[in-house]
Amino acid sequence: MTLAVDITRRLGAFDLAIRFEAPPGVTAVFGRSGAGKTSLVNAVAGLLRPDRGRIALHGRVLFDATTGVDLPAHRRRIGYVFQDGRLFPHLSVRRNLLYGAPPAADPGALARVAALLDISDLLNRAPAGLSGGEKQRVAIGRALLSEPQMLLMDEPLASLDADRKSVILPYLERLRDETGLPIFYVSHAIEEVARLANTVVILEGGAVGAAGPATEVFADPANVRRLGLRDAGAVLAARVVEHHSDGLSELETSGARLILPRVDAPVGSALRVRIAARDVILATAAPTGLSALNVLPVTVVEIRSGAGPGAVVQLKNGIDLLIARVTKRSVEALGLRPGDAVFAVIKSVSVARADVGGAGAPKTVPAGAKT
Amino acid sequence: MTDWFGPEEWQAVRLSLRVALVATLATLPVAYGLAHLLARRDFVGKSALNIAVHLPLVLPPVVTGYGLLLLFGPTAPLGRALEAIGLPLAFRWTGAALAAGIMALPLMVRAMRLAIETVDARLEAAAATLGAPPARVFVTITLPLAAPGVLAGAVLGFAKAIGEFGATITFVSNIPGETRTLPSAVYTFLQVPGGDASALRLAAVAVAIAALALVLSEVWAARALRKVRGQ
Repeated sequence: MTLAVDITRRLGAFDLAIRFEAPPGVTAVFGRSGAGKTSLVNAVAGLLRPDRGRIALHGRVLFDATTGVDLPAHRRRIGYVFQDGRLFPHLSVRRNLLYGAPPAADPGALARVAALLDISDLLNRAPAGLSGGEKQRVAIGRALLSEPQMLLMDEPLASLDADRKSVILPYLERLRDETGLPIFYVSHAIEEVARLANTVVILEGGAVGAAGPATEVFADPANVRRLGLRDAGAVLAARVVEHHSDGLSELETSGARLILPRVDAPVGSALRVRIAARDVILATAAPTGLSALNVLPVTVVEIRSGAGPGAVVQLKNGIDLLIARVTKRSVEALGLRPGDAVFAVIKSVSVARADVGGAGAPKTVPAGAKT
Repeated sequence: MTDWFGPEEWQAVRLSLRVALVATLATLPVAYGLAHLLARRDFVGKSALNIAVHLPLVLPPVVTGYGLLLLFGPTAPLGRALEAIGLPLAFRWTGAALAAGIMALPLMVRAMRLAIETVDARLEAAAATLGAPPARVFVTITLPLAAPGVLAGAVLGFAKAIGEFGATITFVSNIPGETRTLPSAVYTFLQVPGGDASALRLAAVAVAIAALALVLSEVWAARALRKVRGQ
């Protein structure tokens, strides 16, 4: 296990009791505001002292209440990218970047990290003159250059608008794929989590509501309410097969082909595609005369009725899991039961560009790692 | 210049500059330490410490000087002990520096406390996560960011020290060449017939020093502020 956390901490009237283990790769901590996300990250970084418990990184004990181990933040070797950047205003970008770099650090590291994050031209600037997106990239570079054993990112994109987010997300994907550094990524934005994470921890009221591999957590009907009815959706691994001349791209999943609006990735590249549960329509027979381009043969795995009029149906296509939000009335009218073979209909245009991200699985999950 | 500026007057000016400079430099670390305690720490007796620091500001200076005399006078145990280790204070210029430093302390602490409070503690936390131990955080983050306020406090303290009169004359008297600082000299010249001209000249010097100190502090503070804001 890369990171093992088992801690409790009282915060005013609120009890934090969190226990999970994160494998290598990107672990996303997802939860509403007030769920305890930032407190958890601060505890891992050494900025918040748990009342009880243990935190270990790569087997190295950072905190253990029973043995009295409590490494101070400056000795934990955890790079922390804060939501608000926190660049040092009196230092140039270059000196910010090098602030945490060990004296014996490779002199070429600065240039490499600056190139990775596309900030080479900013080195002599002062932080005050940077845009929000540039500041966040410098903050990420600064954390990287401190040669951490893990990167903590607390909503690094939350202060940015949608356009800037879409610009920075590819940098984070590059970071994940090119450095192989374990990343602990806190967010309440499901598209970010779906694009980046291979492990998801959902926090609810200071405790772990669900945790596991991203594909399983997102495809579990029990988590739909936790993720938000509007946002819930499964993540599929896909590969680009062909770019069609009419602006559409054809992707291959384990059991089907998907036609989506043009994706910015060359043929052959591995991607993750998030398909929102509310965008999936179910049909008991192969539909004809339908505008939707994607009709996937699927098997019903589980049907979970909610308290309201809705139900969530988990579906299997190849080895991929999908979820669909339908009404209880439809479940009854179609007579859906686990094991039934049905068709899942997905409109191409319902999959937004933000829902498609680089998969990057090979480097984040070293051979033999359990995810 | 010496034509119109007598040796006695020069002596007073030189002594005052020395006393004020030593007082400011010696008080600076103490004031910063107290300001840091008051700005960043919570402890039992914090308000008592705050009151004690501010006492010299609100007490009549004569009372402060009398207090110093009781503590550090030639017959007081503390005074004798310091004299034994080669630091006599009573009726010496060092005593004048102590009196000036005590009087300057509250002003310096107030300015520095405000400066430290404006330093974003989250930046210090960020520095710690980058591997910086507390001493390095202090030197590279806290101190540079608090510098404008620290500097302003030091200049304020210097101005107060150079003008200190009541506590100084009570504690170390008014001995020419040893404890007769600029304010004491002005006071003395005003007491003797025909001393008006000297008093006026010294007053002019006092105005010049004060104005220069203010200009310097403005320039330094503006420069430090530009740096802190990253411009």
